Amino acid sequence: MNDTLSAKPPRSALAKWSRRGFIGAGVLAGGGLILGVAVRPGNPIGSLAPKVAGGEGEQLVNSWVKLGPDNVVTAIVPHCEMGQGAHSVLGQMLADELDADWDKVRVMQAPTDGSYVMTDTARAFAAPFTLNAADWIEPTWNGLFTQVARLADAMITGGSSSIRTTGQHQMRIAGAAARQMLVGAAAQEWGVAASEIETRDSTLIHVASGRSAPYAQFATAAAEQPMDHTPVLKTPEQYRLIGKSKARTDIPAKVDGTAQFGIDAAPEGLKLAYAASVRPPVPGTRVARMDASRAKEMRGVLQILDMEDFVAVVAESYWHAQQALNTIEIEWTASESPIRTTADQFAAYAKAIDEAGAQGGEEAAAKGDFSSAFASAATRIEAEYKVPYLAHAPMEPINCTALVEDGRCEVWTSTQVPLMVRTAVSESLGLAKDDITIHHPFLGGSFGRRLEAVYAVMAARVAQATGYPVKMIWSREEDTQKALYRPAELSRFKGGLDAEGRLVAYDNVFTQRDDPAEASVPGIYSIPNTSVRVAAAPRHLPFAAWRSVDHSQHGFFIESFVDEAAHAAGADPLEYRLAMLKEAPRHAAVLRKVAKMSEWGQQGEEGRGKGVAIVESFGTIVAQVIEVDMASGQPRLMNAWAAADAGYVVNPDGFTNQIEGGIVFGLTAAMYGELDLADGAIVQSNFHDYKMLRINETPAITTAIINSGTVPIGGGGEPGLPPAAPALANAIFAASGKRLRELPIAKQFA
Amino acid sequence: MANFILNGEPVALDVDPAMPILWVVREVAGLNGTKFGCGIAQCGACTVHLDGQPVRSCSTPISAAEGSEVTTIEAMSGPDGELTALQQAWISEQVPQCGYCQSGQLMSAAALLRDNPAPSDADIDSAMAGNICRCGTYPRIRRAIKVAAGLAPARTEEV
Repeated sequence: MNDTLSAKPPRSALAKWSRRGFIGAGVLAGGGLILGVAVRPGNPIGSLAPKVAGGEGEQLVNSWVKLGPDNVVTAIVPHCEMGQGAHSVLGQMLADELDADWDKVRVMQAPTDGSYVMTDTARAFAAPFTLNAADWIEPTWNGLFTQVARLADAMITGGSSSIRTTGQHQMRIAGAAARQMLVGAAAQEWGVAASEIETRDSTLIHVASGRSAPYAQFATAAAEQPMDHTPVLKTPEQYRLIGKSKARTDIPAKVDGTAQFGIDAAPEGLKLAYAASVRPPVPGTRVARMDASRAKEMRGVLQILDMEDFVAVVAESYWHAQQALNTIEIEWTASESPIRTTADQFAAYAKAIDEAGAQGGEEAAAKGDFSSAFASAATRIEAEYKVPYLAHAPMEPINCTALVEDGRCEVWTSTQVPLMVRTAVSESLGLAKDDITIHHPFLGGSFGRRLEAVYAVMAARVAQATGYPVKMIWSREEDTQKALYRPAELSRFKGGLDAEGRLVAYDNVFTQRDDPAEASVPGIYSIPNTSVRVAAAPRHLPFAAWRSVDHSQHGFFIESFVDEAAHAAGADPLEYRLAMLKEAPRHAAVLRKVAKMSEWGQQGEEGRGKGVAIVESFGTIVAQVIEVDMASGQPRLMNAWAAADAGYVVNPDGFTNQIEGGIVFGLTAAMYGELDLADGAIVQSNFHDYKMLRINETPAITTAIINSGTVPIGGGGEPGLPPAAPALANAIFAASGKRLRELPIAKQFA
Repeated sequence: MANFILNGEPVALDVDPAMPILWVVREVAGLNGTKFGCGIAQCGACTVHLDGQPVRSCSTPISAAEGSEVTTIEAMSGPDGELTALQQAWISEQVPQCGYCQSGQLMSAAALLRDNPAPSDADIDSAMAGNICRCGTYPRIRRAIKVAAGLAPARTEEV
């Protein structure tokens, strides 16, 4: 936080990163070039990495570029594509450094299975291999590909990280290194200085002698060129593709029905059986007994399985499986959780906060002396906020197709963590990892939902138990009620204002702290006396990273409380924030930008109000103003304006699409998102009672990007979300005088 | 035996007459462009045309299609894969994120534009409100429908 670097920071951050990497190159069987970059352990590819990291010495991520004899450049991307546009934009970053012809760039999903990478992909691509041994961590080509296979064990997509880690530190380096080697090969062949050779559109050009050649002509020779582990990367004024809104490569297949998602798995030559499953309604319980007598007689039913932790019906169609499953009467074991209801959950939180008192709990951040500043404050304010449990509800229901045959297992599924899936299936089935292959096509949304492996393990177990190749699909109800969740949270604040209305004392205590650690810290603001504490309390439902993770709660808490402080001071909420951002010029610039866009200070039509919020998350600062119309007595979302500084945006339209999506996701949660507990189980089940914002409820959204040039650059997938809820709640206060300290909002006006 | 016209071709399928069109199309006919989202006609991901009208195929039994025409996203492009103005607008406006709901969005939008070539914002709201997009691409869906209708200029790439 407090990332207030000047607009032109040193570029050494990049060079430092790249020195941790290693680069390897080889020759394709057909006479092309293949080149890869891996990064040594210890690099922070998001804090989720430990959840899937393999053993010591394993690599975290890797990327490859392949230059075919047809002059086609293929970027091989380790991240999954779940709508965030990572595939296309990572290709764009690589292609720019390579000076590749964008029309001849393809993007390929890196295979998941380590042994598959090693044997089928890498060895086939790079048979006659040469390398500069002195530069290598593992000076054999076998060693290289072992590293490649291992690093795949940590394949993960999350934390708004693809562009700023893999893109910045591998795709660009791979592209730049490949270009440098191609230039070196041409210089040698033509007998000219490398510095005289230009590159453009996948072509090598020597102007003085009038010579030019497509890259492919020098692909083989390039593999023998020395490799520079810190190739010089372009500066922004040299970019040809980076910074441009190139159309995404995955979109054409998404307008004609041909895009393949996990649920579309149709392995050739396999007649699939279909499974529906039901898990216990209360976490931690199991099947006690069941009566499946009706289901056994139903059309299409092949097998009924009591798997102890779930019940499954395998049938000739998913629909028949689900119909039969619905008739099974299941008794579950009793839960030991003392939390049975929503009220119980919040009571547990309140108890922990009460017990922490004025000083207790674990310190998350501390500055100055809160107690004396609060005691001597001219004005004191207190507030308690709460938010409910939330589900991710990606549009593609949870599913997995599995085949277990001859001691091998093949899995097709939508996942953010393909190798974690492989490890989990390996442990559950008792098969070696190398005997398991994971295919992961496009994800129909995820937002953190598919960072776990339980559904793949369930499908694999059913396939193993029945001998059928099985496509298991969870009903929407199962995904709403039996998943992992954004935690509910309670958060209490005390604030002290001095005689001029300045917020000089700030105390906040809450109960859950997951990720990222700084989410609860109001670090962007200059507040002299700050105390942030965690009074840990048990939660009934299992945790999931949910788009923007802890920022989704604390963005609402902090930005609502700061708004309350502004009103207590009788100040304009935006000016009040600016006054606290004197040490944070980037944040102030973002706030000024959104003020201008939204014509802040101009009262709209009767009944309307505007609210503002600013949150920095995943390295990106986003400020939003939301305009609401309360004339009907219920909030109607009219406009959302967003200004964002991610340092430098690689694909402005793609980034804008993510900000828009983050706003709609955040407003959906703010207006409707809520999971209640009754008898220890989740009450809501499907989109009729776990509602989503629809097109007729969505405000007009305008986004502006500020390229401040700050490095390292920030992420795009999540930062649009956190300011949305507080900006909306603050707008409702401005329009109606009603302060909302609890989400969701819609029911409070019903 | 269910007899109906699927994307212009007569088909006769030995299926349970109660089975929803969605699962017949996906699992029996092998056309995966139509998506399962909720199973209770709440999200629109499964939208197909039944005799030209958009219906939620997850909640419409195949018996309701007897003798009728069922049209899915696979039949939206022309025989040589040429895209409709609507699909082209979906690309020019870079609408999809994950893309999972977009078959249903396009089927709803196509029916709208066929019946109402110059829809207002209110017309778009009422025709598209049954289709959920969890990625939040609604502003782009609205713009793409206007672009396809010739009511707004297409986005240019080099923004």
